Amino acid sequence: MSAHGHTVHVSAAPTGFIRKYVFSTDHKIIGIQYFFLALTSVVVGMLLSVLMRFHLLWPGAHVPFLQGGVMTQAQYLSLVTMHGTMMVFFVLTTAPQAGFGNYFLPIQIGAPDMAFPHLNMLSFWVTFLAFLSLMAAFFVPDGAPISGWTAYTPLSGIGQATGPGEGWGQTMWIVSISLFCLASLLGALNFIATLIDMRAPGMSLMRMPLTCWGWFVTAILTLLAFGVLLAGGILLFLDRTAGTSFFLPAGLVLTDQLQPHSGGSPLLWQHLFWFFGHPEVYIAILPGMGVASHVLSTFCRKPIFGYKAMVFAMNAIGILGFVVWGHHMFVSGMNPYSAFAFSVMTMAIGVPSAIKTFNWLGTLWGSRIHFEVPMLFALGFVSLFVSGGLSGLFLAQPAVDNLLHATYYVVAHFHLVMGVASIFGMFAATYFWFPKMFGRMMNPTLGKIHFWFTFVGAYCIFMPMHFLGLVGGIRRYADYSAISYLQPLRPLTMFVTFAAFVTVTAQLFFLFNLFWSLKKGAVAEKNPWHATTLEWTIPSPPPHDNFGGQYPSVYRGPYEFSVPGAREDFIPQDLEPSQLAAEARS
Amino acid sequence: MKTNEPRSSWAAFLFPALQFLLVAATVYVFLSKKYDPPPAITAAGAAIDHQYDMTLAVTAVTFVLAQLGLAFVVLKYRDHGQRVQYSRGNNTLELLWTSLTAVLFVGLALLGGKAWASGRMFEPGPDTVRIEVTENQFVFNFRYPGPDGKFGRLDPRKVDASLGNPIGLDPTDPAGNDDIVVPTLTVPVNREVELLLRSQDVIHSFFVRELRLQQDAVPGLVVPVRFTAEKIGHYEVVCTQLCGLGHSNMHTYLDVVSAEDFAAFVKNGGQ
Repeated sequence: MSAHGHTVHVSAAPTGFIRKYVFSTDHKIIGIQYFFLALTSVVVGMLLSVLMRFHLLWPGAHVPFLQGGVMTQAQYLSLVTMHGTMMVFFVLTTAPQAGFGNYFLPIQIGAPDMAFPHLNMLSFWVTFLAFLSLMAAFFVPDGAPISGWTAYTPLSGIGQATGPGEGWGQTMWIVSISLFCLASLLGALNFIATLIDMRAPGMSLMRMPLTCWGWFVTAILTLLAFGVLLAGGILLFLDRTAGTSFFLPAGLVLTDQLQPHSGGSPLLWQHLFWFFGHPEVYIAILPGMGVASHVLSTFCRKPIFGYKAMVFAMNAIGILGFVVWGHHMFVSGMNPYSAFAFSVMTMAIGVPSAIKTFNWLGTLWGSRIHFEVPMLFALGFVSLFVSGGLSGLFLAQPAVDNLLHATYYVVAHFHLVMGVASIFGMFAATYFWFPKMFGRMMNPTLGKIHFWFTFVGAYCIFMPMHFLGLVGGIRRYADYSAISYLQPLRPLTMFVTFAAFVTVTAQLFFLFNLFWSLKKGAVAEKNPWHATTLEWTIPSPPPHDNFGGQYPSVYRGPYEFSVPGAREDFIPQDLEPSQLAAEARS
Repeated sequence: MKTNEPRSSWAAFLFPALQFLLVAATVYVFLSKKYDPPPAITAAGAAIDHQYDMTLAVTAVTFVLAQLGLAFVVLKYRDHGQRVQYSRGNNTLELLWTSLTAVLFVGLALLGGKAWASGRMFEPGPDTVRIEVTENQFVFNFRYPGPDGKFGRLDPRKVDASLGNPIGLDPTDPAGNDDIVVPTLTVPVNREVELLLRSQDVIHSFFVRELRLQQDAVPGLVVPVRFTAEKIGHYEVVCTQLCGLGHSNMHTYLDVVSAEDFAAFVKNGGQ
């Protein structure tokens, strides 16, 4: 090994447009493709939510471009379904892991690419097909499905007889989700192989940036969880198309017609779905936790507090995340004894979550905070994670769930902790890594405006929703007029809706900043944040093989900021000890 | 970028201010009790409320301390040129907050067990009123066994709402002749009621806020739940499980009546 690391032979960069930007095997291009796929999906998902909020306030209003002019209850439920599916799968699973993970995991561990570049390309294009299938559900006869992103059967399992959208729309949904599962499995394999096999000399597991730990644990969860959903999806598809009865019991009567099914169990679908669905929550948030830790340490100019505890907590969350799925099913009709076990396990998962929060506060303690835009979003992440996480303590108890299940309280809880907090992690990641990815800085003034509006706006949308739920506001209701106790909730609903409109509008600052900075942003230097990890030791944007043939060796942990006696307030992971000593002497 | 010059920012003041506002507004709305659910009408419901209050106490303290703590460190450690306290962590602190939260959180879960068990795990007594609840898109039907105390057999092939047989009573079973099938739920006050929840088509739910009771009705299963209402009154029953097109219109009423009125209700065949 040479004094400047080691040399690796990598394939030459492709020159044609198609191989370079479309069917690329370069993990950086694939990461950007995932990023823009998620960006497209988040815009679609957000517009769907705007329509939903609009409908809740003015159910009879004329909506342009809509068949019939006025939104029907079925169309509202389609929006519920498609918003959830779009956001959970194509945004929260896609951007933090497949997008940023793809781009930065190989670089941060000092690798030239993913372990299986062609598999990586295949993952993206299968995900893209899944996206097209889901979008197609809008355009098939009868429109998109109405069964929610959880697709509980028999509503989703029989076909058109259960409601509009349950014909072709639901089928397209299942095809989309199954393809998505397949792509995620391929991606997870790739992440795990890359991380285990391709770390630079000296990059021990306990010297990895916490971002890499986040992606690693997430990849393991993905591998174990998405396989189960894929199996569920195939069985559901067979129930609908091949006349099987995996999830359909005997004696089903629809519009006075006895259905020819027997022997299946609707609860089986829920178990399979939530065995995936709960780890999915952590799949969405763990990369965000990694990013928040990484960004906090960088802009505190201070090592992360309790690195080992942070790694332990992420792994504990990953493991416990697989034994808590039953808390989605307390009132589902499953054996009430099992609720005890799921409840205790769910409360236990609050412990590693609390460990992470305390360590973030510990990192801030005694630091010297630089309030750059990524840091603002990381601070927002901590605040939102605390608020959203604590309401989970209520929902984790089956007795209390009697009152709160299926109300807006649940909607508030998971939007804050899994939705908005994860999105804040992604915003932090975008503002932080944009200079590395595109070689230009994003505009900090626009970034700050975006942050303040989004931070205040998200709280104004989702804090009041807890109260809507407490008093009995039921989720997935297209119309409040039938239930008398829902009538007094209109002012609060209106407040939430206007907060949503303002917050969505504020995202234009982000979109404009993103596209404007691609072309016009100030040129970024190699290491604009004075950060320590390997991606900041290479040009912005990095060359095709990341390290220009000279691969780094790693000599220390990822967060060596403000080390006493050092000349600078940060020490890059690949700075040789002899050079460091020389710098200190000079 | 010169690292030693202070880089102050108004964010150092705005962020803590917003955190403070968040805490103040949240605490205010909780204390105002403006959005509290209506009072529980069962002892089990009161136990659930007690568990809720304990959880609220734990989370409120944690919420206020954590959010104001975050505000405090952001304000205090804004860049005014200070030296960073180099530290990689503190194992004693890790141990302390890990064990503290473990005891608090798991303790809460264990305490909540009893309130859950009271509604779900039981043997019906001799005096328990048994009522079968059948849900389908998008109506509730409640069946009382009638004077003979026995439910008649059901046959899904006989379901025909237009012929007045929405739940599919089998006419060949004499036990079903006196069964009462009505679209609203009437129960006697201060007497244990067991509901047997069924669904004919998709998954529905049964939720009454005042009972603090929510339970899905799943096709293929009969799910028992229990409650003893202690207050005469008229309450709304809603479906909380997404069941299709008419989900938000699927509702009915619970009437808690005196023992005499209930006897009359049964005697008159549900009138």
